[in-house]
Amino acid sequence: MSYILKIQKLGQLGLEFCRHAGTSGVFLLQTIFRKPRLIRFMPLLIEQIYFVGVLSLIIIALSGLFIGMVMGLQGFNILQKFGAVAQLGQLVALSVARELGPVISALLFAGRAGSALTAEIGLMQTTEQVASMEMMAVDPLWRIIAPRFWAGIISMPILSIIFSAVAIFGGFIVGVEWLGVDAGQFWSNMQASVDFRLDIVNGIIKSVVFGFVCTWIAVYQGYYTVPTASGIGRATTKTVVYSSLATLGLDFVLTAMMLGGW
Amino acid sequence: MVQSENLVEIKNLTFNRNDRCIFNNISINIPHGKIIAIMGPSGSGKTTLLRLISAQLSPHAGEILINGVNIHKLHRHALYEMRLTMGFLFQSGALFTNLSVFENVAFPFREHTKLPESMIRDLVLMQLETVGLRGARDLMPSELSGGMARRVALARALACDPKLMLYDEPFTGQDPITMGVLVKLIKHINDILGLTSIIVSHDVTETASIADYIYLLSDGQIIAQGTKDEVFANQLPFVDQFVRGSHDGVVPFHYPAVSFAEDLDI
Repeated sequence: MSYILKIQKLGQLGLEFCRHAGTSGVFLLQTIFRKPRLIRFMPLLIEQIYFVGVLSLIIIALSGLFIGMVMGLQGFNILQKFGAVAQLGQLVALSVARELGPVISALLFAGRAGSALTAEIGLMQTTEQVASMEMMAVDPLWRIIAPRFWAGIISMPILSIIFSAVAIFGGFIVGVEWLGVDAGQFWSNMQASVDFRLDIVNGIIKSVVFGFVCTWIAVYQGYYTVPTASGIGRATTKTVVYSSLATLGLDFVLTAMMLGGW
Repeated sequence: MVQSENLVEIKNLTFNRNDRCIFNNISINIPHGKIIAIMGPSGSGKTTLLRLISAQLSPHAGEILINGVNIHKLHRHALYEMRLTMGFLFQSGALFTNLSVFENVAFPFREHTKLPESMIRDLVLMQLETVGLRGARDLMPSELSGGMARRVALARALACDPKLMLYDEPFTGQDPITMGVLVKLIKHINDILGLTSIIVSHDVTETASIADYIYLLSDGQIIAQGTKDEVFANQLPFVDQFVRGSHDGVVPFHYPAVSFAEDLDI
């Protein structure tokens, strides 16, 4: 009997998963395919880019700086054993542009901007602000969700590029200014080994995908939050957990696709 | 189109939530130009009824006609057109917390019209003057008292010149002065603008003082209806207990439980 109950529970979980997948898919399509009213939409979008992107700059830049500095330090100590410290610029640039830039900025984005989006939209649900908008014949998906969604997709690659640039600068400070690697070798090896299409563009593609997924999860969790204090707490936690897992899982898939030549 | 006698007609409405029956085959008519009160104890589904009328929820059976049109059969665009003829005063006010009082009232004008800024300003000030809060235009919602927030929300709900006003517990948690102000405002606005109003409330005296007709809900059914005098004269034990606010009667003070002695093991 207990096996039957376990199978039943498994079935329930499966159905629940399908329901969420369906709801979030329809939610996404409804958000993307809204009648464009650009003149009214642009101010809302710019406001959200400020909240989602500009206010995330400090944490992204500082994290990038420290990660670049650690990469410079660790890389120098390892490469020194092989007498290859000249390759430090290449090591830092490739690691950051291909992997660390898109992935860590997405994780930071989920923690800083994603959780804020979920909490804000969730609180608007709880205090009936979304319902009041509906009653004033204003579509909340257009007015609340769409600007935040597009702001996330636009901000994420820019944040990722800033993260990578600052991280490379951090590696330069430690490697060249502190540990004495030759500046010419550092920059010329980096220039020779980093391919714009394979490394930079692929990194940007990853960050666009991560921005899309993280923002989708954040606005969906906020919009469908249980309208209680603990409901908002749970939704915020889910945003960070799901976004982080989705980022890491998708990173593996995208890397495999990119290394396999698509 | 021929205008039907009733602005709102609820026909054989059934609505369940989590296997619990909230409404069981109820029918209500709301004539044009009247103030109709829907009363009942907490949890009797009064707010749910307003959400059904405004199509925020869909019934499991029956239909709700607004001016002869089944609101739950409308597509999104037509539903939004219909909602422009409705105003909804939420219990909490539901003001946008990131916008000032002025911007809250200006919101519907900005969203639905292309009026110049100077005209929007004049219209907002006129709405705020109606509710007596023109001087509070620059305050944020967090700086307002509960009564003021509700009056600002009322000004916002009236912005698009609705034909039907839905009030969700407008008097709950208000001091006597604010309550008197709200009662006077609702009656005044209904009369001068020629609105039809539905007030959902359990504040018997205040609501009955301005209502033209009263429906009393309990256990998913309409258990009494009529004018104020008819309802107050009703001899049904529940109605009598509800309108007089007796603490014990057919609705017991205690939630059903095993005996106190048994619970304490004595």
